[in-house]
Amino acid sequence: MWLLNLINKRTKMTERNPLTVKPLMDIDKIRKDFPVLHQSVHGKPLVYLDNAATTQKPNSVIEAISEYYRLYNSNIHRGVHQLSQKATDEYEAARQKVQRYLNANSTKEVIFLRGTSEAVNLVMNTYGRTNIKAGDEIIISEMEHHSNIVPWQMLAQQTGAVLRVIPMNDKGELLMEEFKNLLNEKTKFVSVVHASNTLGTENPVKEITGLAHEVGAKVMVDGAQAVQHFKVDVQDIGCDFYAFSGHKLYGPTGVGVLWGREELLIAMPPWQGGGDMILSVTFEKTIYNGLPNKFEAGTPNISGAIGLGHAIDYVTALGIDNIHEHERDLYRYMEQKFLEIQGVSLVGSAAKKGSVFSFTIDGVHPHDVGTILDMEGIAIRTGHMCTQPVMKHFGVPALSRASIGLYNNYEDIDCAAEAIKKAAEFFS
Amino acid sequence: MNEELKELYQQVIIDHNKNPRNFRKIELPSHHSEGFNPLCGDHVYIYLDVANGVIRDISFEGNGCAISKSSASIMTAELKGKTLEEAEVLFQKFHELVTGKLTDEEEIEKLGKLSIFQGVRDFPVRVKCASLPWHTLHAALHDQQTAVSTE
Repeated sequence: MWLLNLINKRTKMTERNPLTVKPLMDIDKIRKDFPVLHQSVHGKPLVYLDNAATTQKPNSVIEAISEYYRLYNSNIHRGVHQLSQKATDEYEAARQKVQRYLNANSTKEVIFLRGTSEAVNLVMNTYGRTNIKAGDEIIISEMEHHSNIVPWQMLAQQTGAVLRVIPMNDKGELLMEEFKNLLNEKTKFVSVVHASNTLGTENPVKEITGLAHEVGAKVMVDGAQAVQHFKVDVQDIGCDFYAFSGHKLYGPTGVGVLWGREELLIAMPPWQGGGDMILSVTFEKTIYNGLPNKFEAGTPNISGAIGLGHAIDYVTALGIDNIHEHERDLYRYMEQKFLEIQGVSLVGSAAKKGSVFSFTIDGVHPHDVGTILDMEGIAIRTGHMCTQPVMKHFGVPALSRASIGLYNNYEDIDCAAEAIKKAAEFFS
Repeated sequence: MNEELKELYQQVIIDHNKNPRNFRKIELPSHHSEGFNPLCGDHVYIYLDVANGVIRDISFEGNGCAISKSSASIMTAELKGKTLEEAEVLFQKFHELVTGKLTDEEEIEKLGKLSIFQGVRDFPVRVKCASLPWHTLHAALHDQQTAVSTE
């Protein structure tokens, strides 16, 4: 019995103090891979907690981009010369990495674009314009990023379709019963965020997809805040389109991915015309290229795609499940530390949520919080987070947000907590 | 709290943030305008009662950070009773002050209470916070009916 008690005691201790848990990842070692982290801001060591806005890049990604320009800069799918061949191989290898990362059926379903916003715009302009008519209904949610609101609003205005919104509760969870009520035979498209950039909520996209498919609607999932935090399997979700941005997955800016079901992509008209998306061109007629090139007109962001491929390698080597566990533990610690501070309130407390802590401090505007933290070397986001309807729901003009990345550690959280305390005290 | 921050958030600014002056609406204003900063969500309404070229009353409403709120508060306190010409001069001077273009100490001193916003020049991203109420005032006096945006 005493042995059992001792074991119980030990377990409780480790639960209470995350520092004693055997680390899944060697964060000290990982931090060495990210050169940007090792600098001072306003004389203080940088604490980077703005990962939901963009993530830092490991050396392997920076090197891959530099290597492309130093050793084999060349256009792809064009020349027969060696450099062009090498560039094409690396670019297409990146596509394969994305395919495996999302568990897509085929590389034909992986389209390189500028980012998530462009992916939503592509689907709206191609699938949307050909299939959505006046009176049809498009469903989005109350917690969407502006990039998953505005394109659908534009389509609704142009076609006469109706935009419907899944409401959420005060924890930041979608009201699934309301969603079921919104679905009907007029519903043609559902576009929802996988994980909210403001609230951290992880939405039940598999269930949403299943319900939408029952009425024959197609489903797009915005994965900009998902792929860097947990395993995403597009076949398991069952959705029709999935999008994410490279720069939020430790890759470069200006590159992102649209995944779409092959049969849908084949049926969709091209969006932009130009080089690479054609097989033959005469003044009378153009024959379009097959997938995925049909949607990649012009010289793409070659170095960006290659860099993204290396970012996926980096994340895969660490293990996305390990990253998820590390971030989850760190988030719990952050939530506990921040909520101990007088005047701090958390916005977004869904049962299933990621490593995003959006908050208010009584009597202190987020913009002032941001400046005070910046002077302490701490980078957080302040503002409306490109989710003004979320601000409206919670009745705030703006929020402060600390968001965790794979390289953050317990010291980062302690520093941030200390600075938030200072800000709260300063204005009280 | 380091020196730069103390310079930015002077006690007067903290005080005006907590207890803003002229924080109300003027019913039937002669001039009014709305300004917002889409970057941070700051939103300000300026109301004026102008007669014979003199600002008889001026007030503001809205929400924003400590810098923008105190700037609006101090602006209204300073401009009450001033002529439109004097307000125009102060608008220019204030802009020069927060952007670091006004360096002459004597000139700065002449600005009186407004001079406490001198610290803003060391925080380029906060210049818009301090100048938003002034731009909104300018729009109100020049009869710009559309909302002023800092972007």
